[in-house]
Amino acid sequence: MSATSSSSSESQQRAGMLAQLADWFDDRTGYRAFVHEALYERVPGGARWRYVWGSTLVFAFMTQVITGLVLWASYSASAQTAWESVFYIQYEMTGGWLLRGIHHVMAQAMVVLLALHLMQVVIDGAYRAPREVNFWLGLILMMLVLGMALTGYLLPWDQKGYWATRVATNLAGLVPLVGPSLQQLVVGGPDYGHHTLTRFFALHAGFLPATLVLFLVLHLTLFRKHGLHAKQPVTKPDGLFWPDQVLKDAVAMLAVMAVVLGVILLPALRAMLAGEPLVTGHFGAELGAPADPSQPYAAARPEWYFLFLFQFLKVFEGWGATGEFLGAIIVPGLTLGVMFLMPILGRWSLGHRFNVVFTLAVLCGAGLLTAMALHEDYYALWADRSAYADVEQLLNETGGDPQKLAMALGNDASKQAVFEKRRHEYEAIRKSEAFLVAVKQAKADAERAIELAGRPEKIPPTGALALIRQDPLSQGPRLFAQHCASCHAHVDPAAAEAEAVLAKSSAANLFEFGGLSWARGLLDPAQVAGPAYFGNTAHKDGDMVSFVTDDLSDTETWKPAEVKAVIVALAAEAGLPTGGAAAGQVKKGRELMADTDRCGSCHAYGDNETELGYAPDLNGWGSREWLVGIITDPTHQRFYPDTNDRMPSFGVGRDGGTPTLSAAEIGLLADWLRGSWYRPAASVHETAGVNQ
Amino acid sequence: MAEETEKGSSLATDQRRGFLTKALAVACGGLATFPPLAAALWAVLDPLRRTAGAGNFVPVADLNNVPADGLPRQFPVIADRVDAWTGFAAEPIGAVYLKRDKGSETVEVLSATCPHAGCFVEMDRESKCFRCPCHNSAFTLDGGIVAPSPSPRPMDSLECKVDKGGGVLVKWQNFYTGIEEKVARP
Repeated sequence: MSATSSSSSESQQRAGMLAQLADWFDDRTGYRAFVHEALYERVPGGARWRYVWGSTLVFAFMTQVITGLVLWASYSASAQTAWESVFYIQYEMTGGWLLRGIHHVMAQAMVVLLALHLMQVVIDGAYRAPREVNFWLGLILMMLVLGMALTGYLLPWDQKGYWATRVATNLAGLVPLVGPSLQQLVVGGPDYGHHTLTRFFALHAGFLPATLVLFLVLHLTLFRKHGLHAKQPVTKPDGLFWPDQVLKDAVAMLAVMAVVLGVILLPALRAMLAGEPLVTGHFGAELGAPADPSQPYAAARPEWYFLFLFQFLKVFEGWGATGEFLGAIIVPGLTLGVMFLMPILGRWSLGHRFNVVFTLAVLCGAGLLTAMALHEDYYALWADRSAYADVEQLLNETGGDPQKLAMALGNDASKQAVFEKRRHEYEAIRKSEAFLVAVKQAKADAERAIELAGRPEKIPPTGALALIRQDPLSQGPRLFAQHCASCHAHVDPAAAEAEAVLAKSSAANLFEFGGLSWARGLLDPAQVAGPAYFGNTAHKDGDMVSFVTDDLSDTETWKPAEVKAVIVALAAEAGLPTGGAAAGQVKKGRELMADTDRCGSCHAYGDNETELGYAPDLNGWGSREWLVGIITDPTHQRFYPDTNDRMPSFGVGRDGGTPTLSAAEIGLLADWLRGSWYRPAASVHETAGVNQ
Repeated sequence: MAEETEKGSSLATDQRRGFLTKALAVACGGLATFPPLAAALWAVLDPLRRTAGAGNFVPVADLNNVPADGLPRQFPVIADRVDAWTGFAAEPIGAVYLKRDKGSETVEVLSATCPHAGCFVEMDRESKCFRCPCHNSAFTLDGGIVAPSPSPRPMDSLECKVDKGGGVLVKWQNFYTGIEEKVARP
């Protein structure tokens, strides 16, 4: 285009052409009348802030449509790909975190806006004739929005969505007669899986929004037909929808969007100010660990706007299925029923007052129940457990036996009553503590899942859950707690709780087993007979303990440099870091290990021809293969054929039956004990020292 | 505007206030709608920054398995593949034709992807040529165009080397289709 300015006649001509084009278009569509009707709606009494809620809801819905469609373009609904595709959106796609964050937070904002809109309509009496039908349409819209919230929660197929949905669908099964069939239809079969996801996704992105659009059109049409219900009394002159009310609506929309963005971005800002590395995927919407029906998930809670229902169900605890039916279906159903009757009740002024009080009571009740749920869950954060030490002690002493308790309290009824009250409080703290531990575990699991999914090899076709099930860091602690921790400790000796944990253990502390620090402790006369090594075992009076306490402490026969060489050689044998020891030192240690006047007098090592069976084999001591061997069968010739102290043979089935642990599980335990698991390149520095 | 004047409010201050209100309303509405639209656009454009990361030499066959008779043979290209979030280890990701002339140690490699529209070119053993089933492009056994052909260029040859152990390695690449020049996709 040339830079010279066009003459005024030219621009006039152009404007004339544009007007002509507009006329042509108007002739064929009548758009001017349509726009006029849409914009120049009369607002009786002038524009007011209290009228903005409906518009903000439409705005929120449009936001959900825009963000939802793009999320849809990247989402894959199946048990092996749902979590994985959401991970990809959140952590790999540019802007995916922001897109999903807006969708997630706006969904919650919508629930709040719904409550505000409902409150405004009821308080203003806007449901009265002739607007009854529109009020009912509004209630249907509310249920559709809640339905979308419920179905959307499952789609990432993470632990919290999965377990929350299990509860919700099980409650659907309580409906009389059709319950079980209804549940099976919703779930898409007898169990949760691909078809649960495809069905929920079809509901969430297809059926529910399409129905919602239909009802929204009806809602808006009737709204326009009857006009805006003005807040009485009308004192100011009438205004116009455009631009007076539109400005107020737009400011409210902007405020809603600002809050949504604030919720997403404030944690990012906080992290930035704290100087933490910024991983955008950590912001916006949370992504838990992949759904796993085989793992307990004590952190399961519905999204906060359904917490009141969750808490409400607790009121009916102890009533069995009838109670749940009452709490989950009858009471909420009756509440909705009353709401549907509001326009009719509202014909009388007393009825209107009832409606207002009822709505406020329901909302306050829901608020209160939500607060109660949060209070119960997070109680331990501010409660002082040490104040209940006496209760804990008494319970431990009596084992909770009512008769023994009564005796201990001197059969004094008032004392017993006080005790019962305090016991209740103490148990509330314990419950809350368990929940907080579960939340922490869930967070750690989620972080690990995301770390594994981010490997350069990506996620295997079998899905992220398979990846986690093969991960020593995820599975090791669980297997250890289940099978080993009743005897063995696994605690950093430098940790504050180490002493208490070691005192309870009846076998060696396996923290960093095979590494330098472990070997150093084993050969330390002050430690070998302590609880971290053989102190609480049958080997306490064995030859190894007396060797370490007598021979090794004699610096004439065992020079400190020699002991050090053996320590380094042991770590080298385990294939773990030797702290940069010289090759000569390792070689020296290995010679000492093989020497039949030293370690080799009992232990087989190298070519020393010491027979196996008296003391464990030092060849490959602490290596993966060695650990797998001893966990599989500690009574094997290589380990303790005659002197095994209570350790079960985890990999050997009794009488040819199935072993306690599979070969894969034993491998995971061995890898975990050796600190051998995937670490992302960025965090190598912080974790490299794990076995030093 | 016309409506306002109809109502008789012709005062300049009123008009200015009206304009200001409208401008503010549009600005606020636009600002409120911007974040979801921007996030949506940002995410939708994500595929543009993805590259195939191609150009690696991939073992395709053993030299002994490529008969030195001047006739092309089809071999699958097996390599690790990443599809968005999934990593596939050692998967067939495409196919090539390997041809060795009598007594020759060098192997010629043709991509099985038709340079016209990307269909899979098949070998017609009877008439000793390549044919694309989609739009009837035909090529000689060396990959040259047999006129008339909708294909704008001969079949795409791929770089190839034979390692010491006799393994045939092919530089696996995809090319833009439908154009005369052979341009590798990023």
